[in-house]
Amino acid sequence: MTDYDAIVIGAGHNGLICASYLARAKHTVLVIDARLVPGGCASTREFAENYRVSDCAQWLSQLDKTVVSDLQLSGAGLVLSDPKSTISLQSDASHVTFDGDTVIGATIDNEDVTDYRSFRSQMRRFAKVLATLYNGRPPKLVERNWTDRITLLKLGLGLKMLGKSHMQDLMRLALINIYDVMNEYFKHPALKSAIALDAITGSTMGPRSPNTVFSYLHKATGEFLSESGTRQVIGGMGALGSALASSAEAAGVEIKLGCKVKAIKKTGHAVSGVELIDGTLLSSKIVVSSADPTTTFKSMLGYAQMEAGMAKRAELYRNRCGTAKLHIALKALPTFTGLNHAQLSQRLIIAPPMDDMETALNPMKYSEISDQHLFDISIPSIDDPSLSPEGHHVLSALVHYVPFSPNVGWDEARQSLTDQLINEISAYAPDLKSLVVASELVTPADFERTHHVTGGNWHHGELSIDQALMMRPFPGSTQYKTAVEGLYLCGAGAHPGGGLLGLPGRNAAKEIIKGGALA
Amino acid sequence: MSSPTRDTMLLKTPFHSRVEAACALNDWGNWMGYTTPNAYFDVELEYFAIRSTTGVFDLSPMNKYQISGPDAETYLNRLVTRDITKIGINRVGYAIWCNDAGQVLDDGTIFRFSDNEFRLCSYQRADDWLAWNSLGFDVTVENVSTDIAGLAVQGPTSCTILTLLGCENLNQLKPFGMAHYEFEGRPLMVSRTGFTGDLGYEVWVPPESAEALWDQLFELGRDYLIKPFGSHALELARIEAGFLQANTDFMPAEEVVRVGRTRNPFELGLGWLVDFNKPLFNGRAALATVQEKGSKYRFVLLDVDGNKPAEHSFIMKNGKVVGTVTSAAWCPTAKANLAYAQLEMPHGVVGDKLIAEIYYQRELHWTQLYAPCKVIEAPIFKPARRWQTPAPPH
Repeated sequence: MTDYDAIVIGAGHNGLICASYLARAKHTVLVIDARLVPGGCASTREFAENYRVSDCAQWLSQLDKTVVSDLQLSGAGLVLSDPKSTISLQSDASHVTFDGDTVIGATIDNEDVTDYRSFRSQMRRFAKVLATLYNGRPPKLVERNWTDRITLLKLGLGLKMLGKSHMQDLMRLALINIYDVMNEYFKHPALKSAIALDAITGSTMGPRSPNTVFSYLHKATGEFLSESGTRQVIGGMGALGSALASSAEAAGVEIKLGCKVKAIKKTGHAVSGVELIDGTLLSSKIVVSSADPTTTFKSMLGYAQMEAGMAKRAELYRNRCGTAKLHIALKALPTFTGLNHAQLSQRLIIAPPMDDMETALNPMKYSEISDQHLFDISIPSIDDPSLSPEGHHVLSALVHYVPFSPNVGWDEARQSLTDQLINEISAYAPDLKSLVVASELVTPADFERTHHVTGGNWHHGELSIDQALMMRPFPGSTQYKTAVEGLYLCGAGAHPGGGLLGLPGRNAAKEIIKGGALA
Repeated sequence: MSSPTRDTMLLKTPFHSRVEAACALNDWGNWMGYTTPNAYFDVELEYFAIRSTTGVFDLSPMNKYQISGPDAETYLNRLVTRDITKIGINRVGYAIWCNDAGQVLDDGTIFRFSDNEFRLCSYQRADDWLAWNSLGFDVTVENVSTDIAGLAVQGPTSCTILTLLGCENLNQLKPFGMAHYEFEGRPLMVSRTGFTGDLGYEVWVPPESAEALWDQLFELGRDYLIKPFGSHALELARIEAGFLQANTDFMPAEEVVRVGRTRNPFELGLGWLVDFNKPLFNGRAALATVQEKGSKYRFVLLDVDGNKPAEHSFIMKNGKVVGTVTSAAWCPTAKANLAYAQLEMPHGVVGDKLIAEIYYQRELHWTQLYAPCKVIEAPIFKPARRWQTPAPPH
């Protein structure tokens, strides 16, 4: 008799979602997390006294709508803002606004407007095909299995339904880079770089890196999986974490926070439970890890506990990340040249022309600090005054490309980079510097430490085609079941992970239930 | 690691000066990148030295890895399919190792020097696989191939010759045992192992001792009719003795590019080396499935009618091809025309009668022959002296 049917490692969104589905299928489930708050990368944190911010992910654009309804997240307190438009800031204030299929800007000509519409509809076609694979386990290519055959058949049908020319276009574009695709479609540099930014977020890729079309399409599947649009979570992302935790607890899940798993334990050849850092042993029929694959396999299970080929694949799994976060506490709302108050609550991006984006990537490759950065900015306190003292605001920005560990060391680089980043944004908001009450730079190394994600990669592993779909995280451990009996994956390192989708958690639970490991 | 002398494309072993002088036929082959003799003077006579007196084979090109550290035993136990904990100190074990898919990568011998120190002797280079295997283990894996020179000294008079060399009480050494001596101030290790199926030893010394060892062995062994032998004679002996050869009888899984060309241990008749009592070893999960569902192939020894070796033959049953021969030879001591074959299941149970399709040429004239053959128990050559302790005197 085991303590639990399933122990889920990690109370991130996927861990909680997986646990909820398992508990709803009448299994006893324990979720353990090292952090003191649920939600993992969906978290809100006070970074300066009385100033709070989503300290990891800041936009919700892909959370699967069936998860939201199945787990009754609205009832559990999840409140979202209206969809945000994206405004690409220009130094001459001729900003470019993206809203759905429209793009507006003083310097955007009609041809680019039309091309943007056709680009969007083409990407939607492709993303729809990709999304057919996202709602279930990824098919294996060689094993004879009807579930997988049907999925492949659906994929094939989806491709066929595209028609010959679109299918050819997908085959042509899928593996190339966003830089070439942008130059093929558009003239206006701001248009190109704004789209390219979506293709490189959370990675170490530049617009010219292969796989960037794939990562763009991965993001675009959000339109089919989610309530469409990019939204802000009221209360910060942590509110999503709390809503998921309440929903899980309501379903009967037990959640232990502030409890670090030291090791995944085996009895004989199969996994039989976990050992906590204080030495407590907890047993279960299966262990489901929502930690990233490197943490799961290398730190918790240990390479010596699996066959060597699997250890090799786990070791080669890539989880570099070049994204940092900048948090600024402000004593008043800053003025961005050329933006009105309503526009300030939208998604503001600073994306220099693609060649400059590529140049900005170069120093990071050699662990150096770039002169120029890319920003994805949110001022969440406009929609959500609870985040800051009255009249004050918080600004949160995703920043690319920041090295994991700069050659000079973070002790030396941290303050100068923070100042530099504030200066870079100030070029668009002249009064910003005078309003700063406090600031904080969260580097990829900080993410690794505070959120327990290897490499600071919040996708739980680079989103490239060789680590995606039927190869996520790596062959032999796909379909949520790892090569080690009794050990499952349900985090963003499993298909179709990367981003706040919730589908790895949901799909994993479904596969576990179907597979009969808990029967 | 000292580097071997090299003035041609092929490397030379530490015994090369002596081997070259003895190689009357000047018939050289490439074994693992080393220039090694196919035959010294006459393949049959070399073979008969192994079986009747003593044959000496330079096995320096074998790959040798020193494996040491606190996790050395658990490391090796995960690497190979058999239980390493059952190999005592100063003992040697034959082992095979598989990839995660349960397909055989290679076979070799594991020498245990102490609790935490082993030497793995393999046919294939295995640096990369052994390094990947060390992830997560407190173990040091070092390629010591060129730090150790080795001679196989095999045959009925081998114990006597080595005793004359100074290996005291060698006749007390049990099969798969190891004994340590000194030779001209340097260490000399003898293991009662070999690839000939006869009474025999393998002698391991630092490369600096190689030439002196060769000279003294041949000097002391003259009256016991010691002869060097090349790879062709070894091939005859090993087929007769029932040993498999990587790259001949099976493809090392790492080198295979075509689907379905690899083999699992059961398909090579090596299922006895797979120990499912161990909770973890490379290939365990896949092999457990194989054991449950059965394999596609069976590896068998065939006794073929006639005296034409069934090299590369198709094996037929009722006019249909059911397998192919991997190694074949007319074996002089067994006085049998033997062939190893891989057959599709369910063919190949002992006693099965099959047909070997043999092609042979005499004076440019090709003849096709359908030779009846029968599956027999391997090995066919098993002299008592191979297992006797004390080793019989001469």
